[in-house]
Amino acid sequence: MWPLKWKQREQQYRQERADFFAAVKRLDRRAFLKVAGMAAAVTTAKTVLPPHSFQLVDVVRASEDEKPLFQFAYISDTHLYERRLNERFVKAAMRAVEDVNALDPQPDFVLFGGDLAQLGQPQELELGKQILSELKAPVKMMVGEHDWFLDMGEKWQELFGPPNYSFDHKGIHFIVLMSVNEKDFWTARNMTPMERMKTVAGLDNPIQSRFEVGPEGREWLRRDLANVSPETPIIVFSHSPLYKYYRPWNFWTEDAEAVQEILFPYRSVTVIHGHTHQLLTNRIRNIHFHGMLSTAWPWPYAPEGLPKLTVQMDRADPFDEADGTGDGTVDVYGSGYVDKHYNLWSRNPITVAKAYLESWGKEARPPAPQFPSY
Amino acid sequence: MRIRHVKLIIMGAFIIGWCGLWPLSSDSAAPGSWLNVVTDIIPLAAAQQRPPSQHPQPQSEDGHLVVQLCDGRTQMEIADVREGEVLPPEKARLVARRLMARYAQQQAKQASKWTRRDRLIWQREQKRLVEEGRRLFHDWKAIGGTIGISCDMCHPDAANTHPETYPKFQTQLKRVAALRDMINWCIENPVKGKPLALDDPRMLALEAYITYQRRGVPLDPGKH
Repeated sequence: MWPLKWKQREQQYRQERADFFAAVKRLDRRAFLKVAGMAAAVTTAKTVLPPHSFQLVDVVRASEDEKPLFQFAYISDTHLYERRLNERFVKAAMRAVEDVNALDPQPDFVLFGGDLAQLGQPQELELGKQILSELKAPVKMMVGEHDWFLDMGEKWQELFGPPNYSFDHKGIHFIVLMSVNEKDFWTARNMTPMERMKTVAGLDNPIQSRFEVGPEGREWLRRDLANVSPETPIIVFSHSPLYKYYRPWNFWTEDAEAVQEILFPYRSVTVIHGHTHQLLTNRIRNIHFHGMLSTAWPWPYAPEGLPKLTVQMDRADPFDEADGTGDGTVDVYGSGYVDKHYNLWSRNPITVAKAYLESWGKEARPPAPQFPSY
Repeated sequence: MRIRHVKLIIMGAFIIGWCGLWPLSSDSAAPGSWLNVVTDIIPLAAAQQRPPSQHPQPQSEDGHLVVQLCDGRTQMEIADVREGEVLPPEKARLVARRLMARYAQQQAKQASKWTRRDRLIWQREQKRLVEEGRRLFHDWKAIGGTIGISCDMCHPDAANTHPETYPKFQTQLKRVAALRDMINWCIENPVKGKPLALDDPRMLALEAYITYQRRGVPLDPGKH
């Protein structure tokens, strides 16, 4: 039995050590000295562990983000129809799964960014679940409006669980936030569920309401963050961007300011969102925002409201159905900020580096497009 | 009130005189007598240089009195007065007013050939076609699609269709293409339908919607 016990102790030691350093990296210098001193005192007194690892190690703030803590991958906006109607989107989703499975080393987990189905039908959602089940890494599911508005999320929740949840991973607090609620526009119009679904599915359909986290969602978020220290880095996954980009297409969250208010007190917040099917970058105070690519089709940039920090991806070539689509990975640093990699299927990949947003666009600028959008 | 009334009478008389109503009354029907009225207004020398009006006098089939303005077109048949009878002054003023009102209405129309009604028709027809185009743009079945892909899925509000840049060279087609060529290309390829005839009403409707969405953008054919 003893070798197993020894192994467990070694694992425990390594885990504790990793956690300690992760925590130390998030401290400011003054707090660091305090903690380091305390740690040194504790270890010297108890002499439980070899002293060197807990001694005063000169960790400078700049070095905390030298290399990423871990990587996760994303697949988003597959918009699946049933296979017999549309094979193209199915193949694209499977291509993304193959991409992610080919990553070496494997990512810690895979975020699915919402809009698994095109019209929220059970067959579409089940097909999506089947395709994603091929992934080797664990999957974190997020819901999109295309998954929700046929049966108001009934089938999706049956397959994937609640739309709001959080988890901790390597010192980062992750939140999956349902941001595509809409105020009731359908009852007064006597719409069938499918009419409601198709209305929401039409990006430029002006009848629908605007996306919102809603009072209940914000309350859930407040409760979830109640026990999270302001020093803990936070990464939020939301389907719609948690800011206001272009209202007519719901590139928008109606209560974005209220949600941001909840997130401002935290030292670092990163929001990764779907829905916009394009390379999209923004920063509001401590919050960095990154869009995700769709596997199904790219969307043009909206005629106005584009965040200044966004360097557009080049126009998609209509003659290449994979152009402007893809998947990607996210390198997470100890600070909680990330390098966002866009794995564009028909072009060179583009990285929007942490340094780009940290410097408010002064450094590490991504490549500019050859043609401006129309 | 009284002053206004007197004014109206004076004006009425003036109009009747000017427009040659006078000779129609039986007591002054002698040829040339209308000239006497005109000379009250313009110098005789100038009047003599003008030939008298050659408008043929209209005749009523029922023998009613017909009154005509000097434009030779604006006329009115007085149903309860026989031709040759004297028009009572009260009635003459009423007839004159009505004829002048009709004349003014005609003049307003003739300043522009087109009326408000014409413009409303044009706008309504244009809107109808644009709306039809909008419907087709959002309905993959209506344009013969087979895989659930409609135009708006890649082009919300017809964005990124840039109709103002056509005709232009399309590298992939290896020729200069018109907007309708690209519409048909999209219907054939992403939408997986059959191309529309170029004079298909659906093609016209799609063009109407796409170009309407970009109204006001300067034409820039060839722009890439």
